[in-house]
Amino acid sequence: MLSPLNYRIGFFLAIRQIRRASLWTTGLIIFVMVLTFLNLVVVSGILVGLIQGSINAWRSEYTSDVIISTLDDKKYIENSTNLLELIKSIPGIESVSARYSEGGTLEANYKTRKDTDKANVAAAQIFGINPSDEQSATGLGDKIFEGSYLTSGDYDKVLLGYFLLSQYVPVDDPNLAALKNVGVGDKIRINVNGVIREVTVKGIIKSKVDGLTRNAFMLDSQFRSMIGRNDGNVDQIVMKLSPHADPINVRDALTLHGVDQYAKVQTYADAQPKFLKDIINTFNMLGAAFGSIGLIVASITIFIVVFINALTRRKYIGIMKGIGIHGRAVEISYVFQSAFYALFGSGIGLVLLYGLLVPAFIAHPIDFPFSDGILVAPLSDTLFRVGLLVFATLVAGYIPAWMIIRKNTLDSILGRN
Amino acid sequence: MIVTRNLVRTYVKGDVVTPVLKGIDFEAQEGEFVAIMGRSGAGKSTFLYQMSLLDDPTSGEIVIGGHDTHHMSAQQKMKFRLEKFGYVFQDYALLPDLTAIENVALPLLMQGLDRIEAYTKAGDSLGRINLGHRLYSLPSQLSGGEQQRVSIARAVAHSPKILFADEPTANLDNISSRAVMDIFLDLHKQGQTIIMVTHEEEYAKLAQKLIHLDDGKVISSVQHPTMRDVKDAEKPI
Repeated sequence: MLSPLNYRIGFFLAIRQIRRASLWTTGLIIFVMVLTFLNLVVVSGILVGLIQGSINAWRSEYTSDVIISTLDDKKYIENSTNLLELIKSIPGIESVSARYSEGGTLEANYKTRKDTDKANVAAAQIFGINPSDEQSATGLGDKIFEGSYLTSGDYDKVLLGYFLLSQYVPVDDPNLAALKNVGVGDKIRINVNGVIREVTVKGIIKSKVDGLTRNAFMLDSQFRSMIGRNDGNVDQIVMKLSPHADPINVRDALTLHGVDQYAKVQTYADAQPKFLKDIINTFNMLGAAFGSIGLIVASITIFIVVFINALTRRKYIGIMKGIGIHGRAVEISYVFQSAFYALFGSGIGLVLLYGLLVPAFIAHPIDFPFSDGILVAPLSDTLFRVGLLVFATLVAGYIPAWMIIRKNTLDSILGRN
Repeated sequence: MIVTRNLVRTYVKGDVVTPVLKGIDFEAQEGEFVAIMGRSGAGKSTFLYQMSLLDDPTSGEIVIGGHDTHHMSAQQKMKFRLEKFGYVFQDYALLPDLTAIENVALPLLMQGLDRIEAYTKAGDSLGRINLGHRLYSLPSQLSGGEQQRVSIARAVAHSPKILFADEPTANLDNISSRAVMDIFLDLHKQGQTIIMVTHEEEYAKLAQKLIHLDDGKVISSVQHPTMRDVKDAEKPI
């Protein structure tokens, strides 16, 4: 009978049992609940965070919030000039960078090379950029770890992704040909569709984003003449939005203006490589599997704790029933106790998570080769897991209490089996 | 007030059949103080458990205040125990996590009294048996005699129709036992019906009626017993 009176008595009994229980026992149970909570949230959060770190870097360093790129069957974005004018009229866009892009080869040590020597070359995607626009949109200059960033007067200067230089390539892979013995200040030749230009390496870019590590960047005005593009049509336009603007709204606004007819309009999420999305789903499943094991362990722990507690108090449970206390009230008292352990444990877990772990991971991400791993723990997901933990704990607390309470009252009082 | 007719209780465990009560006819009037005596294994406590609805008889009738308990559901019996009965057990049976006042207030709260009313009644009940200074002590902080007095306070706080006591002085020293019996006599003077199982002659003779059980049957029932009646009840047949 789930009458309010039973809840009242159940609460009365639960509070007193918790208050007068051994501090060590209570502390240990809460500790188990904290660990279970962290296992539920942190394990999957780190797994997803490894990929999320990569996605965040992809967004902030390469695609920015919204990216417009060339249609698959076109060589460049047509009507780029008009498009750039249109972009200026869309609200919420903070900065824009237009990029020219072509595949090409880089060659070094060509002056000292003998005819019998193998050419010191590497293939690269070469970008022509406006340095200040690119800095505003993606902060490219912040990724320079040797040398310095481009300025608007830097003709015949180039920035190289560090995987284009053999000293930074971690593996000796013929498919990842890199320039040997090249550093800041060295001259290299850039060959784009047969147009060759000698340039000086001004800076080296270090990043975990593939789009940067094997790319070369030079001034747009110079690159435009190399590729013979004098009509102002570009290959990519990236847009950084103001903090409260939604990339989806901006994408939709551009689509509404028909931009999708002559270019690909994508938010950073649309532009993510599919394999990253697949990995996130896989890691989410792995996290859920590990979390489920933790949940089962916590449920069994609570079951055992409540079962032993109820078993050792069987006589008192019998006495309570004997003097007229409803068995349901006693069951509810154990459910309240379980809820206390789960909520208190989760509460401490939440404080640890958002007060300590998340800020710590943001300040000191895990250094993985392909990303800076962070801890992903959205509040809504975390609260769902808290709900799951509390529910599992309530069930685990109720079942043993029900098992003991349903025994014959007199047998319980007299300790008979 | 309370009547049993041909009350039988037989325990069956596997192939072993143990008849404990073999057809007991008994009657106690409102306000009566009845002592039940008999040697060990005579069925005294089993008889008390049947009358107090803590156990179900194998056959026979128990009528309390005109209610035939045979047709009551477990829930109705529980409610009956809560509202109409008070229990004093041999080992006090206090809940170790509750203070004296909480132990006494618990059944009152279960009856639906609000917290203030229940605690006031519980405090009054403890005060009447000189435990007003021990309201907030846990059972582990009380002597055996004090614990039994708390148990009595819990049993009578809600003014039950019948107070059942199972060997209430068995675990107590003489002074504490005397104090407990004085409380019972006071309650009896105030009109409380008391049914007490005891094996202590000195206290049995204080009762108004003495029932002598042997081998699951009532072999004598004496009004206003003398010491000789009590001694007879303790003698092996």
